[in-house]
Amino acid sequence: MAIVPNEPVLALRGISKRFGAVQALSDIHLEVHAGEVVALVGDNGAGKSTLVKTIAGVGPADEGVLAWQGRPVQISRPHDAQELGIATVYQDLALCDNIDVVGNLFLGREILRGGVLDEVEMERRARELLQTLSIRIPSVRIPIASLSGGQRQTVAIARSMLGEPKLVILDEPTAALGVEQTAQVLDLVERLRERGLAVILISHNMADVKAVADRVAVLRLGRNNGTFEVRSTSQEEIISAITGATDNAVTRRKARSGEVAK
Amino acid sequence: MTTNVHRKNGGNKRNGGAADPNPVAKDAVTVVDPRLLVRQEGFKGYLTEFSRKMRSGDLGAVPVIVGIAIIWAVFQWKDSAFLSPKNLSDLSVLIGGTGMISVGIVFVLLLGEIDLSVGSVSGLAAATLAVLNVNHGVPEGIAVAAALGAGAALGAIHGFFFAKIGVPAFVVTLAGLLAWNGLMLQVLGTTGTIGIDDDSFVRTLTDHYFTDLAAAYGAATVAVVGFFLAQFADTRRRKAAGVPSRPLSEIVVRTVVIAAIVFTAAWRLNEYKGLPLGLVIFVVVLVVLDFVVRRTAYGRKVIALGGSVEAARRAGINVAAIRVSVFALAGLMAACGGLMIASRVGSASQQAGTGNLLMEAIAAAVIGGTSLFGGRGSVWSAMLGMLVIGSISSGMSLLGVANSVQYMITGGVLLAAVVIDSVSRRTQRSAGRG
Repeated sequence: MAIVPNEPVLALRGISKRFGAVQALSDIHLEVHAGEVVALVGDNGAGKSTLVKTIAGVGPADEGVLAWQGRPVQISRPHDAQELGIATVYQDLALCDNIDVVGNLFLGREILRGGVLDEVEMERRARELLQTLSIRIPSVRIPIASLSGGQRQTVAIARSMLGEPKLVILDEPTAALGVEQTAQVLDLVERLRERGLAVILISHNMADVKAVADRVAVLRLGRNNGTFEVRSTSQEEIISAITGATDNAVTRRKARSGEVAK
Repeated sequence: MTTNVHRKNGGNKRNGGAADPNPVAKDAVTVVDPRLLVRQEGFKGYLTEFSRKMRSGDLGAVPVIVGIAIIWAVFQWKDSAFLSPKNLSDLSVLIGGTGMISVGIVFVLLLGEIDLSVGSVSGLAAATLAVLNVNHGVPEGIAVAAALGAGAALGAIHGFFFAKIGVPAFVVTLAGLLAWNGLMLQVLGTTGTIGIDDDSFVRTLTDHYFTDLAAAYGAATVAVVGFFLAQFADTRRRKAAGVPSRPLSEIVVRTVVIAAIVFTAAWRLNEYKGLPLGLVIFVVVLVVLDFVVRRTAYGRKVIALGGSVEAARRAGINVAAIRVSVFALAGLMAACGGLMIASRVGSASQQAGTGNLLMEAIAAAVIGGTSLFGGRGSVWSAMLGMLVIGSISSGMSLLGVANSVQYMITGGVLLAAVVIDSVSRRTQRSAGRG
């Protein structure tokens, strides 16, 4: 289903990152192509968020090469990532509670008219964007603080769309969402892929991963622990790559209860 | 969906032609959640929205305006000279100096920080001007520029240590409070107090009045017509773009309220000496900086930083640059205020910028409704807060109440303002507003 040109949109080669005495990432390799959803999975502390931060320019890597469309690039500030066309939706949302929906959508890329904020145009486009994404928000002029968790998540994702990115990174986009909102976000991910965007999806939820991802890249203790084609891989294989062994708490529990994986 | 939205903006260079029309758009019948209380169009909608805002703790300038009304009523009842043209005119000039300093404080509070050095910086600016102009005969224009430049530079130094080195703003500016006060004493040297010539430019800042009756009424007319036209033009653009707009009735009500205030003020001022230049300068500064906060990308960034530093940083905002610039602005406004105060007092002295000047400037911003917690507030709160503080001190002097009691009462008002700020913040939280 995915169109995979030869040149990856983003290729990570040998990325390493230390925090004091902790080697958070060592020698990570990862490739994402246009029109492809790559799920990035791993247990807590495996380095997923750290890796995302190196790509988004929030916490640059110590070593290694980031190649953007085949060209090595330096991403040392969030601004660099935005310039390239990388949009990141963080787990902790990164919205300003005291600013309204329109202001948050356009934060950092305000539309100006003669040097002055063009509130009318921003509001019109915000409504248009939310409508296209079928996002239901009370009013685009209320502060983010008045929205529910799911509404905030959809605003955060909508916000990333405004920059017309080529690569979208979603950090646990469905973690706090209800059933219907989760389905909406997954629909949204598929729409991004149809549009030829590259998507990196971080998730703990294997059902989500199986539903939308093309490939799964597993991190374990800051290292690559295999990349799998979703269609030809069973959930058990992915889980054993995440936990590092076929015999682990998850499989033992399954054997005991005789359950099929969720 | 992105392409859809951005096509009207001339498209995007990076967008490699993946622009097919989005089928979802047709399915999206409603954007609005049916459970929501949506503001109705028309004047009734305005009233219900207003009362809902009040109940959910979004009080804005209402408490301080009520406060000013009560204070004025009490003093007028105790002494009929309080609302006399002379007293009101003096009050309008009196609030200008500290008010200017307070405007800078509003910007710092919007960031969620504090600047304790503004008093000392204002004193140093006045001393710089007096020493250069009076003692060394430097042309006045250059001396004023040097004083303002020094204020901005000192503010930028605070900003640098706060934003780049990471020292808490409280400590940096506390160091500034001491150091710049010391520098002022050094600059003044053994002379002590330096008087400013009565016919100098700085002196005219606060002792010039536009005595022509037409000046005050003309300025009032320009303000009211300007306000109405700006609101009207905005509504027309909104209607044309198909986004919700203010009903004409609401604009008319707002304009009438503003006209009533402005024309009453013009009438009272004309009863005395006419329109004071000091008041004109203060109001122009307020209008310009209010515009900067609400209508420019820079102002939006300042408010974003007050809401969430991390969110602002991830949105690509240069956090350090904004912080340094805000502290530089606070320093510049402190210098402006220092010159206004020197102008009113007629000298630069060793006492300039000390005492309760700093506390009054901060208190005014908070009393006026700017939150101590960052991200919420208005430039106008500097004026409203100064009206409260100025009214109390002017009324107390009329009644012959001692300074000691004045301080205690001003302290009580400040506490009340902070309590209102904290409680309204909590109410806003529970009502999901804030």
